[in-house]
Amino acid sequence: MFWIATVGILITMVLALARALKGPTVFDRILAVNMFGTATVLLICVAGFQMGMQTTAGEVIADSRPEFVDMALVYALVNFVGVIAVLKFVRFGSLGHDDRRADQQDQTGHQDPTGQQDPRGPG
Amino acid sequence: MFPVEAILFVMLIITAFAVVRQTNLFAAAMLTGLFSLLSAGLFTLMDAVDVAFTEASVGAGISTILILGTLALTAKEENQQPFRLLPLVVVLITGGALLIGTVDMPAYGDFGAVTNHRIAPDYIAGTASEFEHIPNVVTTVLGSYRGYDTLGETGVIFTASLGVMALLGGRRRRRPADGAPDDSMDDTTGDPADDAAEDSSEDPVTGGPEDAA
Repeated sequence: MFWIATVGILITMVLALARALKGPTVFDRILAVNMFGTATVLLICVAGFQMGMQTTAGEVIADSRPEFVDMALVYALVNFVGVIAVLKFVRFGSLGHDDRRADQQDQTGHQDPTGQQDPRGPG
Repeated sequence: MFPVEAILFVMLIITAFAVVRQTNLFAAAMLTGLFSLLSAGLFTLMDAVDVAFTEASVGAGISTILILGTLALTAKEENQQPFRLLPLVVVLITGGALLIGTVDMPAYGDFGAVTNHRIAPDYIAGTASEFEHIPNVVTTVLGSYRGYDTLGETGVIFTASLGVMALLGGRRRRRPADGAPDDSMDDTTGDPADDAAEDSSEDPVTGGPEDAA
């Protein structure tokens, strides 16, 4: 049963990786990396319920490792904060920006630091 | 057993080659974060949970952000370098030496390995008998058996963070003085424009992706 979930998550990871490699726009890549992080969180959860715990004698002392879920939660937090930082970089061109200066920049025109033609273009 | 690790390793190799071949540095930074997430998943599957956690927080979290901060100061595209033979030879020799070094290592999960017979059983038994209030073996080793070592490492990290704060804090204090001429220039360029910018904080043109999200 957990194998089916693992296969589904791996397929999702492959698709997200393909989008991150192809990704014509910046937001495709950001979304792909975010998606990949979510898939990693799910994979860790599923792996926690698959892995058993054995002593050196080979005796099984636990069927699953439910504490992996806690780790997966922290992964999700790291993923979220990272994506917020990346989006802030794309929006303002730097990370330690001044709010007033950013408003001025918006007024004069959006500066794209990523070297792509138009990140908000079609596709 | 279903080869989850093998599939993750294949994706790891694909990502590594893509990072090397990518000339757009922003895309390369994103792929580096993806590489770290893959490594963290692999470490978790190999039951090295603490290493995986460090990899995820440092590799996918802070180092991607540091690379982006560097990108804000440098170029957007990588300059195409002509093909040179010497770096390739150096990389191949180094990688070959590392691969040869792994031949002597015991197999993954090998109960007969020397490290699983000399010290580790003592620590595991000590965790059960001497430190009953600490349930985790790794925590016992770091906090009790190697307590002074951990204290020294904490001191090193504290000193390093003090140095970084001394460097960055000085610049931050100087920034309002730099910002003062900017304010006066803003006022001379025209107050109505500034007021309009502050009133409509959401530009209808640039606010597009946020509405979509």
